[in-house]
This record gives sequence, C-alpha cells and structure tokens, in this order.
Amino acid sequence: MTDQVNSGRRKVVAITAAAGACAGVAAALPFAASMLPSERAKALGAPVEADISGLAPGEMQILEWRGKPVWIIRRTPEMLAGIKKSEGNLADPKSEVPQQPAYAQNEFRSIKDEYAVLVGVCTHLGCSPQFKSLDAQAEMGADWGGGFYCPCHGSKFDFAGHVYKGVPAPINLQVPPYTYLSDTKILIGDDTKGA
Amino acid sequence: MAAAEKPPVTGFGPLNCVVGWVDARFPLIKLWEEQWGKYIAPKNFNFWYYFGSLAAFVLVLQIVTGIFLTMNYKPDATQAFASVEYIMREVPFGWLIRYMHSTGASAFFIVVYLHMFRSLLYGSHRQPRELLWIFGVLIYLCLMGEAFFGYLLPWGQMSFWGAQVIVNLFGSVPFIGPDLSEWIRGDYVISDATLNRFFAFHVIAIPLVLIGLVAAHLTALHEVGSNNPDGVEIKKQPKDPQTGLPLDGIYSHPYYTIKDLYGVAVFLFVFAIVVFFAPEMGGYFLEANNFIPADSLKTPPHIAPVWYFTPYYSILRAIPPLFNSQFPGVAAMGAATLILFFLPWLDRSPVKSIRYRGPIYKVALTAFVVTFLLLGYLGTEPTNVWGQFGPWLGNVERATVIARIGTLIYFAFFVLMPWYSRIDKVKPEPQRLT
Amino acid sequence: MKKILALFAFVSAVLGTGAFASEAGVKLDHAPINVGDMASLQSGARSFVNYCLNCHSASMQRYNRLRDIGLTDEQIKDNLLFTADKVGEMMTSGMTRKDGKEWFGAAPPDLSVVARSRGADWLYTYLRGFYRDSSTTTGWNNVVFDRVAMPHVLWQLQGERVRKEESLKDAEGKEIEDGHGGVRKVVKFETVAPGSMSGSEYDVMVRDLVNYLVWMGEPNQVLRKQVGFWVLFVLGIMIALVGLLKSAFWKDVH
Repeated sequence: MTDQVNSGRRKVVAITAAAGACAGVAAALPFAASMLPSERAKALGAPVEADISGLAPGEMQILEWRGKPVWIIRRTPEMLAGIKKSEGNLADPKSEVPQQPAYAQNEFRSIKDEYAVLVGVCTHLGCSPQFKSLDAQAEMGADWGGGFYCPCHGSKFDFAGHVYKGVPAPINLQVPPYTYLSDTKILIGDDTKGA
Repeated sequence: MAAAEKPPVTGFGPLNCVVGWVDARFPLIKLWEEQWGKYIAPKNFNFWYYFGSLAAFVLVLQIVTGIFLTMNYKPDATQAFASVEYIMREVPFGWLIRYMHSTGASAFFIVVYLHMFRSLLYGSHRQPRELLWIFGVLIYLCLMGEAFFGYLLPWGQMSFWGAQVIVNLFGSVPFIGPDLSEWIRGDYVISDATLNRFFAFHVIAIPLVLIGLVAAHLTALHEVGSNNPDGVEIKKQPKDPQTGLPLDGIYSHPYYTIKDLYGVAVFLFVFAIVVFFAPEMGGYFLEANNFIPADSLKTPPHIAPVWYFTPYYSILRAIPPLFNSQFPGVAAMGAATLILFFLPWLDRSPVKSIRYRGPIYKVALTAFVVTFLLLGYLGTEPTNVWGQFGPWLGNVERATVIARIGTLIYFAFFVLMPWYSRIDKVKPEPQRLT
Repeated sequence: MKKILALFAFVSAVLGTGAFASEAGVKLDHAPINVGDMASLQSGARSFVNYCLNCHSASMQRYNRLRDIGLTDEQIKDNLLFTADKVGEMMTSGMTRKDGKEWFGAAPPDLSVVARSRGADWLYTYLRGFYRDSSTTTGWNNVVFDRVAMPHVLWQLQGERVRKEESLKDAEGKEIEDGHGGVRKVVKFETVAPGSMSGSEYDVMVRDLVNYLVWMGEPNQVLRKQVGFWVLFVLGIMIALVGLLKSAFWKDVH
C-alpha cells in the first residue's frame, strides 16, 4: 500500500465522518425538538384576556397565565405615593434587571400608572407573595408603603413589584408582556397585537 | 498486575492519556479488541451477512424512539388512544418518532427473519454454534413478546381484539386455562389493568431481557467465530506468516465496520421511504381498524394479527379443534416456534453450507420458505379468501386446506430433517473460501 | 439480484390488494382529493364545521391548527369557531356522547382520524350514497353502510334519491338470467326531489369535505413528505460516501 493510496483513503474517511456527524446531529434534532412545548402546552399558555372594568380602586384581580398567577392591581394615588416613599429601601428602584418589557421600565413599572400587571411569583424560590395594604404598618414596619410579602422566606415588594433591600429575593417581580386591547381589556402574554 | 503488563495506549492523539487512564482501571482496549476491533472474521461475507448488524441497529432505534414515545404516552385505558394521537399531532416531530417506532417494529421482524434464513442457508446454527443459535431463538421469542405487548398500547380496535384473542389462547390450556388468561389480563376482559401491565412489560421488562440476550448472543459469536457462506471454519486454517491471521480471515475493523455502515445506510434509505411515504404500508404496518378506539362491545368485522405473527396464526387456525378445545391449535403454534431450538441437532448433514448440500435440502428449504410466506399471507386474510371447494369435497374452504398442507410442510421440514439431511448427496467442503 | 426483484414484485402485488373494503362489497368511488389544495381544504373545513360538528366531534383537532391549511387565527375565530371560545381549543361537539346515543341509537363517532380508519374512497362514496328508505328509523339508508344510524344531514344540498332495481334486458327485450335462477338486475338511483346543488356541485362539496377529513386524519402529512424528500436526499449522499469508503478499504482484500 503506497502513501498516496493512504492519503486518498484518509480523505474519504474524513469526508464521510464529517458528513455522518452532520447527518447524526440532524437526526438528533427532531428528538430534541419533541421535548419543546407541544401544541397543547402552547394553547394552554396562550395569551389571556382580562376584563378590568369591574376592578375597584385599591383592589387586586388574580388570573392564571401559563399556570402562574398574574396580578392586576388598580393603584390609588396613595398607593403610588407609597411606591415613591419606599424608594430608598429598594434594591433595584430603576428596574435595571430585565424583569419587565421595555415599555414597563419606568417609575411604576407599568404602561398606565393606575394599573400594575405583575407575575405573582416570588423571585426567590417561587412562592406567591401576599397582598399587604398601606395599613399593614403595624405588621410590616413604620416605613411600609404598601406592597407584597412573601410568607415563605419574608421577601418584601412594593406595589410596583420592586424588591426591598436585604430580603432573600434578589430581583424585582416579573412584569409579563401585555397590551391594552381597550380601556377595560388587557391582553396578557402578548404585546404585539391590539392598540 | 495486569495494569503493569498493558502496553501504553496509542492512537488517540491528545486523548491518549485520558483513554490510558480509563484503560488502566477498566479493560477498555481489551473489550474492544476482543469483541470487535481484533475480531477475526471470514472475508467472504455476502448480502445475507448484513442483517445481524442491522438487527442490532434496529434494536437501538426502537429503544431510542421508544424512550421518546414514553415521554408523552399515557398507559391508561381512557387516555391511551388520545395520547398516541397527541404524539402524532401536537408533539413537535412526534409523528416522526411514532412512525419510526411502528415501522421499526416491522423492520425488526423483516431483518430478523432474513438473519434466521441466512442461518438455514449456510448452516450457521451447526456445531460449534448451537448455543449462539439458542440465544438467537430466545431473542426471537422475546421480540414476539415485545411486539405483542407493544401492540396493545395504541388502544385501538386491533390492539384490543388482537390481545383479546391471543390472551384467550391461553384460556384453552387444559385445567388451568381460564384462570391463567384471567391472571394475564388482571380482569375479565382486556382492560386498564392489562394495558398498564403490558406497558410495564413492553418498556422495561422485555427490553432488559432482550439487551442481555443480545449481549450473550454477541459474546457467544465472538467466542466461536463467524460462520461464512462456504461453511468453512477459518480458525482451523493455517496462519498467514506475515499477518498472523488465518488465511481467509480479516479484522472486523475497519473492514466490516465500514461494510456494516454501508448496510445501515442502505437500510435507512428503504426505512425512510416507508416512514415518510408509506407509514401504514397498505395497512400491514399500521392497520386501518386501529384508528378506531378500543371498544369492548364491538368486534371489527375482520381481525388479523400484524403480519409478522400471521404464519403462526395460520397454523393455529389450520388445526381443527379436538373435543371442543382449541388447545391442539395453540399447542401446534407453540411447537412451531419451540421446534426452532432443536434445529442444530435435527440437521445431520456432513456439510453446513447450501453450496455443498444436495438437491433434497435445496428443495426442502425452498418449500419451507414458500410455505412460511404462504402461511403468512393466509394469516392476514379471512379463511374464506379463496372460496370453497365444491360439494364433492364437503364444501371445505380452500384456504383452510392449503393452510393445513402448509402446516404439515412446516413441521415436516424440521421433523424429517434428521433423515433427509443425512441421505442428501453432498459435495466435499473446500479447505479455503471460494 | 433477480430473485430480490421478484420478491419485491411479489410483496408489492400483495400490498396492492387494498386495505379498505366496504362491508357490503360495494365498489367504492375514487375520491379525487389533494391534501395540498388549500382552497379545497378550507372549503371542506367550512362544511365540516357547519354540518358535521353539530353531532360529531374532532376532539384531537385544535382549531388553531387550521392555520396549517392557510387560515389565520382571526379567520378561524370569525368563521369557524362555533363550539369553543378560543382558537386554541379542540373541535368538540355541541352534543354529548350520551345524548347522541339516546337520539341516534349509537353515539356519533369522533371524526379526528375517521379518514384513517375508513379511507377517503369510502367516505366519498358514503357521503354521496344516501337514499330514501321508509323501512329505516331515520327514513334514510346508505349504499356502503346498510341501515346507518346517521340521517342524511346534507339532503337539502343533494336532494332526495330512491333506490331502484331494474332487470337487465337484452336486445329483444327479454330478461337476462343470472345463472342462479334469477335475472340480472342493475341498481339505479333516481332523484325524486332535487337539492339546492346540482349533482356535480354536490360532488365537489363532498370532495372538499373528504379532502379536509383526510388532512385532519394526519395534519402533518404534507410536512412528512417534505421532510422525507430531504432525508432521502441526504441518505442518498451517505450511501454514495460510505460506498466509496467501502471500496477504498475493501480493495486490499483479495
């Protein structure tokens, strides 16, 4: 066997091995893809419409989106003032961590100041925090501006979902993508449609 | 002590030290060389020798696709049918995985039947490969069990009634029959309990046994060495002074590695044609009635097992009941599979390969293959498929008579083998491969 | 090689003997469908939702998967969504199985995969094969499904037909014997009350409906064939490469 033959053979081996590796990866792709969310999961995780016409000032409405609680809170001017008041106690008051769509990276983390839309899952270990009104100062401390308290490990958030300093939760509550279909209808989970 | 005597590992480039580290603690190189790398095989393997490696390939394919199917399948009588359709419609590429698995089941039997036929052609079951053959027959029986359990899982009408019929066969066993079939079902009919246990057998119990048997089959093969189309034992040949190999032997690697890869590529091409363009294969791989959910109150007008069981099903139907008992048919069906175990001792020919056998064996083998295919075809059809003989023969169904003759030929091939294989005129076996 | 070819010929001859047959042994009409024809599929989907979904369900078919036959979520919502609120829901029926059993004697089967169990030709013949029969409870009978529990839902479109047997007569007007002691007869259908569609319009409408049912039986079938083409292409290249490799190595073996 000459060296020439050998190098020709090596080339064939290399080409075949490379082509075989590509084909193998391509064959593995459908198997990997089969583990992505199915049509059923996608349909169940489809955007949810919320009717907020019946929501009184200061109240909160909870609905389910992708198996998680989503809160819609109609904030009174006092509650908004409470958010401003607690600014000094917050870990990320400017919402620099990308926990919200760009249109909600503002002072009150919302499209309209009056309505907050938040995913009600604590960013620490996934419990759902409790609503604590402005009047809960006896329980939450004198500087409490209203917000949420996680019963699992004591994390605190204000009414815009900002996380307090020095609590277990590291970042602000998530703001889901959402859009106003009309003044009284919010579509949660999709911000490409509607007005 | 062994570690010190091992030569240093070479040939892995920068990975030499990693492989060397493992090899010092695990017989990596030794296993590879004994089982494949330095396994010496005859150099004249032909077309029929592709099917062993293809069977191993299909086994891997079935296990991988099976694992991904279990991720979405629900072994629950109220959800099973819908969960299969969920895989077909809603899981990304679920249809592909399911079709690969359903086509793979049929492909497995095609490959294994051809692999077994190879043995009949070249006498691969003969001394010293009797145990290798027995492991092979055990694999075949496991495969039948695996296919039977798996076929219930889609929970369609054919799944249900096929299982119903087969389990009721056990009911014909004298004395314990009815209790036995009830025990297998775990209920008075095929039900959720049956589905759940068949699922357990299909996805874990039988596959474990199957993998163990395949390992034993391969270990036995690499111990005794491969047969070949000439039936010559290359181990008995003098060694080539240059290479130290038997005169007609070559290393499996790279020669048969590459040849088997070629076989796999061609197989996959044919396999893909079925998977992508004819996954139902005209109703033979996926039956139309199995797209109707199982209904314990309504039997489909015509039920037949999947094609790979039909030769035995034909034998079952061909045997007339005795004292109102189906047991003789069931026993014949069982005997038809179990008789395979005795093949190495039934064959008394002085030569192995059909190349040196006489006309009697050639005729017998041809008759056997034709009979097997014919019984297989008849098993897919109702017994009135060919109409009836006239009143002068008592109006018996033609197909039943043919199936009875076929059953006789099937058994005669084995039972008469000690006689006809000995009296057959043989040509002398050569010393070297031709 | 010749042997193998002969084997293939034998196998394909066996496979060619059709998987679907009608129970009564009636010759089925060929359904001229094409699952690539989006307009036909959309028209079939409309008929399906309007006429079938009142009693039957297609509980494995999601409304929003109709986007695969070229419809948008808005079109589905506005034109087809009668039995559900959201496009992500399944095509369930307005009628429960229990009601169906009480009203028709048999619960109307789910139609998600009916095309796979019955075959397109059967469905095409069935949907065009209703005729008036006063001896049945519904007043309808069918050429491929004797005494079917389903009434002729599309009768206003097809009109009413009756079945007539006529003796075949030879040139002299004499009846021809069939060799079994009777006379040869031919079955004819006569329209007694025309429907709103002409015969050919009705055939087109049924064709579209069957086309839709076939698509719904396996919504991924078009994708399957597309993927299959590329897989075969790649495997063809692999065969050539490994074949080259094989001959490069095996030329040493004599």
